Amino acid sequence: MGKRDLLFIGMCFCGMVAVAGSLLDQGPLQHSTSVVISSQPQLSNFLETVAQVDEAFSNDWSQAGLQSTTRASDLLIARRLSLALTGSIPSFEEIRTLQRLPKERRVTDWVDRLLSDQRYADYLAERLARAYVGTEEGPFLVYRRRRFVKWLSSQLADNRPYDQLVRDLITVEGLWTDSPAANFLTVTIDQNGDKQPDETRLAGRITRAFLGIRIDCLQCHDDKLDQIVLGDSSQQRTGLQSDFHQLAAYFGSVQNSLTGIQDKPAQKYRFKYLDDEQEKVVEPAVPFYPQLLSQQESRRAELAHWLTSNKNKAFARATVNRIWAIMFGQPLVKPIDSIPLHGPFPPGLEILADDFSTHGFDLARLIRIISSLEVFQLESRADFPLTENHEAHWAVFPLTRLRPEQVAGSIIQACSLTTIDADAHILRQLLRYFNQNDFIRRYGDLGDDEFRDRGGTITQRLLMLNGKLVKERTSDNPLANASNRILMVTSDIRKAIEIAYLTVFSRLPSNRELDHFHKTIQQSTGSERTNHMNDLFWILLNSTEFSWNH
Amino acid sequence: MTSKTTRQTECGSNDHWNRRTLLRAATAGTISWLTPLARSLSRAAEKNPRGAPAKSVIVLWMKGGPSQLETFDPHPNTRIGGETKAIKTSSPGIKIARGLDQVAEQMEHISLVRSVISDQKDHERATYNAKTGFRPDPTMIHPALGAVICRQLTDQLDIPRHISILPGSWPARGGYLGDQYDAFLVGDPKKPLPDLATTVSQSRSKRRINDLIDIVEPEFSRGRLPKLDQQKTLHRISINRAIKMMSSEQLRAFDVMSASQNLRNRYGDTPFGRGCLAACQLIKAGVRCVEVTLGGWDTHINNHQLQQKRMAILDPAMATLIDHLKEEKLLEHTIVLWGGEFGRDPRINATDGRDHWPHGFTVAMAGGGITGGQVIGATSPEPEVEAARPNRNVENPRNIADIHATVLKAVGIDFQQEMYNPPIRPVAISEGKVIQELLAS
Repeated sequence: MGKRDLLFIGMCFCGMVAVAGSLLDQGPLQHSTSVVISSQPQLSNFLETVAQVDEAFSNDWSQAGLQSTTRASDLLIARRLSLALTGSIPSFEEIRTLQRLPKERRVTDWVDRLLSDQRYADYLAERLARAYVGTEEGPFLVYRRRRFVKWLSSQLADNRPYDQLVRDLITVEGLWTDSPAANFLTVTIDQNGDKQPDETRLAGRITRAFLGIRIDCLQCHDDKLDQIVLGDSSQQRTGLQSDFHQLAAYFGSVQNSLTGIQDKPAQKYRFKYLDDEQEKVVEPAVPFYPQLLSQQESRRAELAHWLTSNKNKAFARATVNRIWAIMFGQPLVKPIDSIPLHGPFPPGLEILADDFSTHGFDLARLIRIISSLEVFQLESRADFPLTENHEAHWAVFPLTRLRPEQVAGSIIQACSLTTIDADAHILRQLLRYFNQNDFIRRYGDLGDDEFRDRGGTITQRLLMLNGKLVKERTSDNPLANASNRILMVTSDIRKAIEIAYLTVFSRLPSNRELDHFHKTIQQSTGSERTNHMNDLFWILLNSTEFSWNH
Repeated sequence: MTSKTTRQTECGSNDHWNRRTLLRAATAGTISWLTPLARSLSRAAEKNPRGAPAKSVIVLWMKGGPSQLETFDPHPNTRIGGETKAIKTSSPGIKIARGLDQVAEQMEHISLVRSVISDQKDHERATYNAKTGFRPDPTMIHPALGAVICRQLTDQLDIPRHISILPGSWPARGGYLGDQYDAFLVGDPKKPLPDLATTVSQSRSKRRINDLIDIVEPEFSRGRLPKLDQQKTLHRISINRAIKMMSSEQLRAFDVMSASQNLRNRYGDTPFGRGCLAACQLIKAGVRCVEVTLGGWDTHINNHQLQQKRMAILDPAMATLIDHLKEEKLLEHTIVLWGGEFGRDPRINATDGRDHWPHGFTVAMAGGGITGGQVIGATSPEPEVEAARPNRNVENPRNIADIHATVLKAVGIDFQQEMYNPPIRPVAISEGKVIQELLAS
């Protein structure tokens, strides 16, 4: 190793110690001072919508005879928000910032801060991409998932109206490289078949992702069990095989060629229905509210405008349910893509859907509203007996197991006092990327089915107990690991333990926890003390509290 | 012009190549490849003598899609046969490809389904189809065969009951049954198992666990559901299981380096060979399902040479596995299932390769009550590969689901029963039909 390398490492080390010191040396941990973060714009009817949803849930709890829990701490709410919007827990640096905000503005300012963070756009893009194109590797050459997600991220960073974004996905033309939205169509191409976008896969995908309705069964037969209700609200009817294929017919003119996706109006969708002898041309039609259709330049444009019409409530409901699921860890209506077209609906869904469709399909506004709701800010525990019914009625914040990338991201973030975001050094970002991917490969990705309850695996537990990532992050490494750096800048053991808890759990330790670990660490010196501090981080990372959203 | 047909018609109608058209085609070529079904049915069965169902399954997963023509369904000296020659086997009347010479000696225990069809030509989707028995369904993720077996049959083991050795991109998963039924993933058995050794001293490890359980966990449990761990998080339960596994004697079943050099040599000095040896040891220890993957079968170029290289690894490993299971008296309780996501195109392409082909490929089965030495179905030596419905080239076509149904039946699982799949809907374990000939006594 050359002298320059040593000098560089030394400078990095000194810099990080200085940063850590500046973070730690900021007075009492719960002290609040005023820090100005860009304030939330005044949004019309914002508080009115929040109050209406709160009232709807309150009424539901009264009818169910349930008492709701109290409000959670700001730090805990911030943890939920960071997990939902960036995929990892807040850093100690961010917690410090949050604590210095005026109490009445902490949550709203925190949401603003996250919404302007590149991590938000990147993370939400990945979550939405799972609904749009799944996690399959997809067809060779004609599909670029990473490019699609990057495009999606740029749309979210600009807070592009969601209806416009969805219309782009459906009506896109051009190459999957130059027009990344085209990957929404090319992912369905069967390279070993006709090498064209699959109308049936697209029909199933748009109804699930954008309308929150499952009509996939209709691909093969009429609904014999009266489980799929379509038609207008005044003329409800059971789904037919033709409903599915008439919807698929909107994609019948799509063709992929060397110049990418384009329409060939003369090209028609053909299908042989179950009881027919021969296949025939299927004309496009929508399965409900045909009066919302309008004349457009192409069939796909007709479908896109019908689907995203602000009078098509299914579109707004589906979006609300998905954003709700990302915020809470579970959807308001389960399964996430099976919302009854004509109800009944759970409390709040219609109010949120109305607000979303009448305020320009503004995703950021929707996220702000949900984060301001009483149900989002409730404690996940109570000083009275809790039952599963409380969780079923959202009278308590639900417990959900963290997703694999949230676990990986949170381990890496918890062991770094400073925030690993778009502003962090490129080497740290790369390290995070490779660490995270390696971890997720072993931990097991959930694929498309991301909101399903899971049991956890022995592999996951072994990975946390003995795996490389946790081992590296809880061993001696003063350059990278928070456990080492805390002890380098403070000799106050109680303060060090409090920082460890804030860094990993986003809360202070209880007296029992503080006393126990203080006694253990206080008795030791030198490397033994470092080991105890490393052990404390290992213990916290291996806890239920760390690996669950609460 | 785009055209779609209801997929059921592809596999359940008169569109299939029937016996009459098969005979007509055979007349033009050779008749020797036809399946002597009646003779097969009367052949002495490889059957569990106690009549009890099989207990375990070993899946030899050929990732990439092995060529049926270069393995178990050769058509030498035909337009599609390529350079492959056929050899006789221990089962009279059955010929397989040269290169599988050791497997040929075990053929009286092995039955071949040469007429497997599917509608999936993409690796990922076809792998899903082959491992779960269902076509990819956007509304749910189905469990793999091993996950279903582990769910339906209970055991008390320290080590996982569902294991995937040398997993590829898409190892067997629990699907809607939950990720607790995912296969436990391990690499080359000559290497230590990942994440099983504690990274600190025993005393320090014990102190960590004690502090976690006694100090930190109670704080989280406070004010929550009374049986939080048992009913919801399963956190302490999974920690206890992991710790128990870390020190279990049963881990020795993964250790192939303790086996005799002679035995290891018989399997072949390859990761796949060691994987098959580990599979045998794991089955002996009580594991329900082991998947061992051998990749490299996706031979779009230079098909013959590349398939030969794969077979050089497969042949000793598969043959020794069957022989070893027999020596250990495990074969009668253990099904060995060999196959990949699809077969390969009868046409040889411009780069001497074969492309994907789901319209007639082979799955091999042995042990666990499966009657050995049979051939089910057949593919044409003179196929009309350009036909709109290439499945017409297959006699007695069987779906992947039929393979699953047959294995589940052999294991004693009522595969027609519905497993409740909350919050979606009840789903049958398998929608296939049992291949009765394979279970005939």
